[in-house]
Amino acid sequence: MAKIGVFVCHCGENIASMVDTANLVAAISEHPGVEICTEYKYFCSDPGQETVKRAVREHNLTGVVVAACSPRMHEQTFRKACAEAGLNPYMLELANIREQCSWVHTDKDEATAKAIEITRSLVEKVKRNNELQPISVPVTRRAMVIGGGIAGIQAALDIASAGREVVLVEREPSIGGHMSQISETFPTLDCSQCILTPRMVEAVQHPNITVMTYSEVESVDGYIGNFTVKVRRKARYVRMETCTGCGDCIQKCPVKKIPSEFECGLGNRTAIYTPFAQAVPNVPVIDRSRCTYFKNGKCAICKKTCQIDSIDFDQQDTIESIEVGAIVVATGFQVQDTSLYGEYGYGRYKDVITGLHFERLASASGPTAGKIKRPSDGKEPETVVFIQCAGSRDAAKGVKYCSKICCMYTAKHAMLYAHKVHHGTTKIFYMDIRAAGKGYDEFTRRAIEEDQAGYVRGRVSKVFEQNGKLIVRGVDMLLGRPVEVEADMVVLATAMVPQPDAKEFAKKIGIGYDEYGFFNEAHLKLRPVETATAGIYLAGACQSPKDIPDSVAQASAAAAKILGLFSREHLEREPVVALVSDSTCAGCWGCVTACPYNAIDRRDITDRNGNVIKRVASVNPGLCQGCGTCVSFCRSNSIDLAGFTEKQIFAEVMAL
Amino acid sequence: MSEPFEPKIVAFVCTYCTYAGADLAGTSRMKYASNVRIVRLPCTGRISPMFILKALQKGADGVLVSGCHPGDCHFAQGNYHARRRWTVFRALLAFTGIPEQRIRFSWISAAEGAKFAELINSLTEDIRKLGPFEQYHELQTVIETQSTY
Repeated sequence: MAKIGVFVCHCGENIASMVDTANLVAAISEHPGVEICTEYKYFCSDPGQETVKRAVREHNLTGVVVAACSPRMHEQTFRKACAEAGLNPYMLELANIREQCSWVHTDKDEATAKAIEITRSLVEKVKRNNELQPISVPVTRRAMVIGGGIAGIQAALDIASAGREVVLVEREPSIGGHMSQISETFPTLDCSQCILTPRMVEAVQHPNITVMTYSEVESVDGYIGNFTVKVRRKARYVRMETCTGCGDCIQKCPVKKIPSEFECGLGNRTAIYTPFAQAVPNVPVIDRSRCTYFKNGKCAICKKTCQIDSIDFDQQDTIESIEVGAIVVATGFQVQDTSLYGEYGYGRYKDVITGLHFERLASASGPTAGKIKRPSDGKEPETVVFIQCAGSRDAAKGVKYCSKICCMYTAKHAMLYAHKVHHGTTKIFYMDIRAAGKGYDEFTRRAIEEDQAGYVRGRVSKVFEQNGKLIVRGVDMLLGRPVEVEADMVVLATAMVPQPDAKEFAKKIGIGYDEYGFFNEAHLKLRPVETATAGIYLAGACQSPKDIPDSVAQASAAAAKILGLFSREHLEREPVVALVSDSTCAGCWGCVTACPYNAIDRRDITDRNGNVIKRVASVNPGLCQGCGTCVSFCRSNSIDLAGFTEKQIFAEVMAL
Repeated sequence: MSEPFEPKIVAFVCTYCTYAGADLAGTSRMKYASNVRIVRLPCTGRISPMFILKALQKGADGVLVSGCHPGDCHFAQGNYHARRRWTVFRALLAFTGIPEQRIRFSWISAAEGAKFAELINSLTEDIRKLGPFEQYHELQTVIETQSTY
């Protein structure tokens, strides 16, 4: 027999001035099942909560309705009060007669009538509430970081330094990411390798970090605290355990003319190679598609050269299954393909290059050993034109967003060029100079004032070749007239775009992505590091274009979130989850297709001899987020949602 | 009848967007018609067409279903399921004798308090014009006398 206590709050004048609370109490008191109904000025106050607790104890209440503000405001307050009085906290409902009644209506009679109906319908609901227990989930206190660029390295180091195990997965043969390709960094002109390489070494040597390079995530199963990640360790054809990184094999490899991905095609690599000299780990891989041995079974010079017999042509890909409690996605970005800008001549003229090419030209470890030489004939360019927003902020052909880093790196390129080619001139075509960041505006001013960077506000319409020069035709908006510059080299500030397989990857691990393929955060402002999938976090440019400081900051934030999660052995969560009735489930699996979280599996019911009698749907309470989509999908009414059962909702509707 | 007809409208809303939007209308002290009764659910994906039919049988003259904008669902895809379900359900409405105008489907985010208030006012006005949904309410009496459900 239900014994419901109803507590009508005045909220000072907020409710009482528009709802006739005495009338409300009188009406509700007569409702069947209501044991006690009282009113008070502030039920959320200490004495107010005491009143509720006392009533629960004295009347042995089986359910409580507080007619007050929105449950989004004080549901937790009154749940706690109920629990303290010995009543299951889920035997409580809040009737929202403030935000959705007294504050929005102007007629006291109407508002009172509405308040009575709202309260009555929730009394009917609470009568059918079930006692629920919070779900406790064990937490595997090991994290996985996917992506070994600066963001991934930072997140891994932070988690590992706090004493938790980390598995760092990188699909390239070396960690380091794009930052290892960069020559100097803005706004300090620190050498990128010099600040990055120590971090790479620290990560690979850290006792709590397992680095898996040349490895890709195959699948992610499970839920917060309990993920199982399958990682494909691609065959290197070189034994990691024994290789000393002497490099003899690389020296002797006869296939030498493969354009190096790391050098953006400006340099060559061999078929057995490390992407760059400072690679971590310093163990080469064999590019199977280029290797002569794999093509026709001959050669094997590397195997003959290797003094410690570390070459193993029989190696196979292996799949490793790793249990982790949380995942950081730090898969980075790629540079947009500039071939869609035919008018700039990229791909047609060798000396039209991208910003990343320029980084390699300016890098001391690059193909030109840091000398600025143009790709076509190796001569030093006397005039360099930089074209900003070659892809960014261009809804028609490129991407709508601002890539955020190009203004800064173009200023940096102009400076580096001025430092290396003293008699050279630079022209930078720009739309706006966006230099928001610590020391950034000072940096662009320095480029203009000290290094004579020649900024021209306007767009370029065409780049074409004439008498061995690249003619850049554009407009100077500030002077209001067309301009033509004779250049020796043109550098395009291409857009930062998501990795080519970003969308596919997001689907594989169950996170959202935006119209471009950048991964979605749980809330753009308040939860920028988490994804909508509990336990999976974001760091770096896989979420949106970011520079190094922003990527590092977000990586540390993700690490902090994970360390918070790992501070406890168990995780408690709301018991609002779906439940299947085994006796009526017909096994149509409609719910399986409806579930956005893959939380529903097929389960065999067996007799005592182990024979399968029936297969039914089964909800994994760890994965279920409690949306209830499966409930309305179920053809046989065999699933229900705790806290919002069919019975509860129908009772609520019937009482309105 | 001298007094204007006051329709009863039942709104099935998700707790993350539209319920929060309705709360925002309240905290912003926007005023709207008092004809709506809100039933809070975790997600529009939870809303079964049976809720709507039951509400209409039990005396509602109009029903509102509202949740997060497409792409904004807290549960990733719940509102897409709701939208698909509504498309199918709408095709059935004529067959069941329910005018489509009695049911409104909309997206209201947690930031759209003003939109919520406007929607309630316009919906109330529209349902008022349609008049009480007596034919359907009578069915309830038939059901109550003939079956035990």
